[in-house]
Amino acid sequence: MEQIARAAIAILFDGVAYGMLLFIMSVGLSITMGLMGFANLAHGAFAMAGGYVLVGLMVGIGVPFIPALVMAGVIVAVISIPFERYLYRPLYQADELDHVLLSIGLVFMATAAITFVYGPSTVSITVPDYLNGQIDLGIGLFPAYRTFTIAVGAVLILALWYGFEGTIIGAKIRAAVDNRRMAQSIGINVDRLFVIAFALGSGLAALGGGLAIEIIGMEPTFALTYLVFFLIVVAVGGLGSIRGAFVAALLLGLIDTAGKYLWPDGGAFFIYAVTVAILLIKPMGLFGKA
Amino acid sequence: MNIKKLLIGSVAIFALSLGGASAAKVKIGVVLPYTGGAAQFGEQIDRGMNLFIQQHRAAFGGHEIELIKRDSKRPGGDIAKNAVQELITRQKVDLLTGFVFSPNAMASAPLITQGKVPMVIMNAGTAWIPKLSPYIARVSFTMWHAGYPMGGYAMNKLGCKTAVIGFTNYPPGKDSRNAFTTGFEKAGGKVLEAIPMGGPRQVPDFTPFFQRVKNAKPDCFYIFVPAGNHAVAVVKTYANLGMKTAGIRLIGPGDITQDTKLQSMPKEAEGMITVHHYSADYKTPVNIAFVKAWKAAYGADTTPDFMGVAGYDGMAAIAHAITAQGGAVTAEGTMKALSGWSYDSPRGKITIDPETRDIIQDSNVHKVVSKGGRLMIEVIDTIPQVKDPCKAHAIGKCK
Repeated sequence: MEQIARAAIAILFDGVAYGMLLFIMSVGLSITMGLMGFANLAHGAFAMAGGYVLVGLMVGIGVPFIPALVMAGVIVAVISIPFERYLYRPLYQADELDHVLLSIGLVFMATAAITFVYGPSTVSITVPDYLNGQIDLGIGLFPAYRTFTIAVGAVLILALWYGFEGTIIGAKIRAAVDNRRMAQSIGINVDRLFVIAFALGSGLAALGGGLAIEIIGMEPTFALTYLVFFLIVVAVGGLGSIRGAFVAALLLGLIDTAGKYLWPDGGAFFIYAVTVAILLIKPMGLFGKA
Repeated sequence: MNIKKLLIGSVAIFALSLGGASAAKVKIGVVLPYTGGAAQFGEQIDRGMNLFIQQHRAAFGGHEIELIKRDSKRPGGDIAKNAVQELITRQKVDLLTGFVFSPNAMASAPLITQGKVPMVIMNAGTAWIPKLSPYIARVSFTMWHAGYPMGGYAMNKLGCKTAVIGFTNYPPGKDSRNAFTTGFEKAGGKVLEAIPMGGPRQVPDFTPFFQRVKNAKPDCFYIFVPAGNHAVAVVKTYANLGMKTAGIRLIGPGDITQDTKLQSMPKEAEGMITVHHYSADYKTPVNIAFVKAWKAAYGADTTPDFMGVAGYDGMAAIAHAITAQGGAVTAEGTMKALSGWSYDSPRGKITIDPETRDIIQDSNVHKVVSKGGRLMIEVIDTIPQVKDPCKAHAIGKCK
């Protein structure tokens, strides 16, 4: 019995940590796809950029981990603005194939650029001692870094929830997701919303990329490798729904962890099986709107 | 850092002769990962090869050699096979070498048999690879050099009665699993379970697998992963989950305590026991000289590891084969020249077994110790001159 309880706690904890990480990295994609109708396959490249900016800040100029993490998010958010303005915006009216071609091209360019600067190998950072090893949460010992990841995820979710439900900008974004033309015709500056949403999403992805280094590693092919997971989160959660992305990311994190724990031979099978099952029942995702 | 890339696909010619009429030019195809996550391995072997060439020009008997390098990129086998085909048919190489990942050597084996081109393997350690072609000789190791003796040692010396195995799910991983299981069970130990932990290309998040092992509470946790970043992630996860304090010993082949990765590992690495055939910390005169030359050539902050030494020894074997055949390299001639060839390597005495074309070498028990804030390898035991146990006992595909 104790064995089962310990297994359940381990799966729950690691699954939630992994889910939080997936959420932070993919929520931006859900917003941009829902808001702008743009299939931005290069979303992972912003996460990857965040990871490498973090490495540059920490290894290059010795910024401590947590400030570097925040700075990585801000820097990438700012960098993403000209991308939105000059590369993505001209193609909003184009069809989806053009979106896919542009953004997948950006992924390859990002991979090549990062390989050129940082080399092809996995990069690593040294996290502060208090994030290493285990931490006593009162109910037992838990890996410190994952506890930190869950905490960061929880704070971001609360902030996003408040931002979208409790502020005027959030209300405008929700209005634009629901009906862009109506939002425009009542005087909402949708172009500006796009920039804000895009930068926010990219910055969050970058933060997630920085957090991911210690958990799933970081290398120049990261953007392509984890693209599938970002797309699954968005598809299962439903376009443009923060709640959907959150539930989907947690679900996927838990299922993936449980699958590996309980049936290691099955590998990554579970995550895809569940995705197919959910999309067969709810083609628009759990919280998507038809 | 990317100068090496400019060399890929290009041709490096080493004019070794003083211009004698009998001097031949020998074309050597080198298949290594030069880009991607495994590029660090390609770099190690490349440096080992070049160090030997620089130091021992005379060993080539006055013959000129030309290295034609091709990038095998990933472990899948496909790219390496294409490269080998091109090297044999278009470049008409006399000899092939390199091969970090087992699937790459396996996929290329039928081509070298057809093309009658000898292959000197510098890493790929799945035990039965030389069975795939009569023209393969190996200067590195087999998974059984480490895994099999580790099994006996874990039971008899470390007092582990139960073990769980974690392995990267591809041929050498399964081979290492079999090697340890055979040795451990022969000594009376019990393997609780063997867990496949993802593929060789991507370093997975090891946490769910390790949590499972932690709850199973074995005495020993034997791990095979391809060296490099996998190894660092293994020790980090082991440390973060508090498995050491839970009393679970982390053991494995020396891939998980690779010299080049040791300093990136957390302090929990201290006390890890592995079985391997090389570490840069060996205190033999040959090795001290080798490490010194390496640092002089590539920088004080670099260190050779088992792949670097295999590149070095492999080039020694190739030099011997070229000289023995008077520069006219054939597949049969190379195998004959290498059969029984012995060399005083930085790792100790090595010999190519005439029966199996595989290497005979010492298997050493390594312990990770901390000296002056640095993690180091200390040799605490030696099993002398081990012939590949898989073929010696004719187990499975080694029959």
